[in-house]
Amino acid sequence: MTSISFSVRLEEERVSFWFVVTDSARNVTTVPGSEVEAAIRMNRNRINSAFLLTDNTLQFLKISSTLSPPIEPTVPVWLVVFGVVLCLVVAGILLLVVSGIRQYKKKNHESAETGDLEDNSNTPVTTENGIPCDILDLKAGQINGVYAADDERLTPL
Amino acid sequence: MSNAQSLDIPEVLKEDDRPKWDNKFQYILSCVGFAVGLGNVWRFPYLCQIYGGGAFLIPYVTALIFEGIPLFHLELAIGQRLRKGSIGVWNTISPYLGGVGIGSLMVSFIVSLYYNTILAWVMWYFINSFQEPLPWSACPLNGNRTGYIEECHESTAVNYFWYRRALNIASDITDSGNLQWWLVLCLAICWAIVYLCTIRGIESTGKAIYVTAIFPYLVLTIFLIRGLTLPGATEGLVYFFTPNMNILKNPRVWLDAATQIFFSLSLAFGGLIAFSSYNSPKNDCEKDAVTIAIVNSMTSLYASIPVFSILGFKATTRYWDCLDRNIIGIINEFDLPDQSIMRDNYTIWFGLLNTTHPKKIASLKLRSCDLQEFLDASGTGLAFIVFTEAIILMPGSQGWAVLFFVMLFSLGLSSMFGNIEGILTPLLELHVVSKSVPKEVLSGVICLVSFVTALCFTLRSGSYWLEVFDSYAGSLPLLIIAFFEVTGVVYVYGIKRFSDDVKWMTGRQPNFYWQVSWRIISPLLMLTVFIAFVTLQTQKQPSYGAWNPKYVCRPIFLIHLLSKNDCYNLLLSPDTSKLSIVSAIFEGAIWGTGVKIWGLVLLQAKGWTR
Repeated sequence: MTSISFSVRLEEERVSFWFVVTDSARNVTTVPGSEVEAAIRMNRNRINSAFLLTDNTLQFLKISSTLSPPIEPTVPVWLVVFGVVLCLVVAGILLLVVSGIRQYKKKNHESAETGDLEDNSNTPVTTENGIPCDILDLKAGQINGVYAADDERLTPL
Repeated sequence: MSNAQSLDIPEVLKEDDRPKWDNKFQYILSCVGFAVGLGNVWRFPYLCQIYGGGAFLIPYVTALIFEGIPLFHLELAIGQRLRKGSIGVWNTISPYLGGVGIGSLMVSFIVSLYYNTILAWVMWYFINSFQEPLPWSACPLNGNRTGYIEECHESTAVNYFWYRRALNIASDITDSGNLQWWLVLCLAICWAIVYLCTIRGIESTGKAIYVTAIFPYLVLTIFLIRGLTLPGATEGLVYFFTPNMNILKNPRVWLDAATQIFFSLSLAFGGLIAFSSYNSPKNDCEKDAVTIAIVNSMTSLYASIPVFSILGFKATTRYWDCLDRNIIGIINEFDLPDQSIMRDNYTIWFGLLNTTHPKKIASLKLRSCDLQEFLDASGTGLAFIVFTEAIILMPGSQGWAVLFFVMLFSLGLSSMFGNIEGILTPLLELHVVSKSVPKEVLSGVICLVSFVTALCFTLRSGSYWLEVFDSYAGSLPLLIIAFFEVTGVVYVYGIKRFSDDVKWMTGRQPNFYWQVSWRIISPLLMLTVFIAFVTLQTQKQPSYGAWNPKYVCRPIFLIHLLSKNDCYNLLLSPDTSKLSIVSAIFEGAIWGTGVKIWGLVLLQAKGWTR
């Protein structure tokens, strides 16, 4: 059974006290200072709340208050978020690349088909690179008003 | 005249091949997104603050009217008319001007390198914002848990998180250190996102831009409302907007306003030319140019209001914290009763105690608290230091942090689209790859090469390098390229021919304002700015602010500007420091034009040109 005896000093303007802790179980010897310091460090919160004071307003000389350690989550949160973002982005890229390849194959397939059709049809229109020759003749340096109007229809603002 | 018209029809025929915008709104939004970027949020408020608050608006608006808008209109018009990217356009106007296109390509590449690194930093902060409490809100504890880590305690938790946990910065630019793996991961994911959005050129960015261009405005409005309700907001607004007219006598102000307009409107990058080349030819580019430029400037102003009010809030809070720390120290030392010294009578108490017990006061090593000191904000620091600090002081800080960083990310991403387009479109025209290679592969290669090159910014000294790139890539090359753009179109292509083209596209002849600006004012203004810039730069030693835990400002390195022989020697000499290579690249971009001109003159002299 330990007992603590206090002596209150009124020399300074602050309320201050010295205390000694004795252990009656061990023949009323004083408990060594280091043990008292360790005990106070561990239970600082309880002592503070007993006096309704805080670390700033209750000061133990030579015992600097330890600060509560920050909560460390088991998995760093940022890695989780990073993983989520990474998965989304990679999924998006794969999706677009695969759809691009499919479109490319479809376009190749279609152009091969239309190429066959053109060979079979017997139209008198001569083509060069897919453009009918008569339009190419218009390149002789004059703006055809009809053509310009046509142009406007094709590209609305 | 027939020469001009014969250009018309083949261009019009070829438009079946060329990708198009889905609608006009997409085009306008892309241009706005390209112009509105991170600089609107932090560069403009910073410049406003150091150049006398509201007074800065005068040189800014002047530069906008006489330099920004005319050049913007010019770029949109030539892109739309000639329907090619920057290299194709300048080669069409004159083969001697082809170097301008190459210069634009290089500038776009260099800027996208470091711009995406800033986005990687934003991404790092974003993914760290999902924790409770925020990791930059408190200093970590030291070994025996009796106090905080000294580096953190001496400055602030936010500074510590930025300089140590995010950048792990070295104290010197020469001390490179290792690659910081967390930054490498963030950079990789940023380039992956850029690739995802630019994979098919404007077909994919056109969809993404709806989100990335509109979302920042929503968030800015939310922050505006929140910011104005914080204590100390009015002090911040008053401090930053109070005009100091004397500052206008300093030529540096006009210079910075002019260069800010360039970077802000993203001129001379080639991205605008690329964007407008995908337009239909008969589009009113004059109205577009004026609209987009004004929207950009309005956004800068709109963004500076929440920024300044939050800065004021943060400064006030820090000032109070500083006072409180001093008060605790004094109370403990002199054994005074609790709450005898309050914030408002602190100065009286301090004065009294300093005269009666000067030695005791000196032994406390109190920090002098000055509200002005806390109001100063620096560029990149604004987002990662000042704002993050303000956010932890607001209730619900995780939400605000996430919102803020997503806004920054989408602001930067929409600008990156323009940068990448400024690289992709000219490369497609250079015919460096065969037609059979799909666009997806080319954009993938660009992103991969950029990612690998930008790894140098993830070193411990990376942020110093970024500052170098930011200062020197975003100023001189742009000025030179833009000067050649204006003089090239006006005097080589011919202002009459150009005016007729604009009339064909918009339906009306460009009026007096455009004629005067294009012919005289803009080239003259840019020449003046260029000369002034060079004069100022060569007068002083280049320097950079370093974070040194021992608080000594470390100097400096020397860059030789405008010395062609130096550039040549630096490129050849095997022993060059990284810095010389960097400056050589910039000079290469600048001299790209010169070299091309000289090369062609020589070739023509020998009769080898077409």
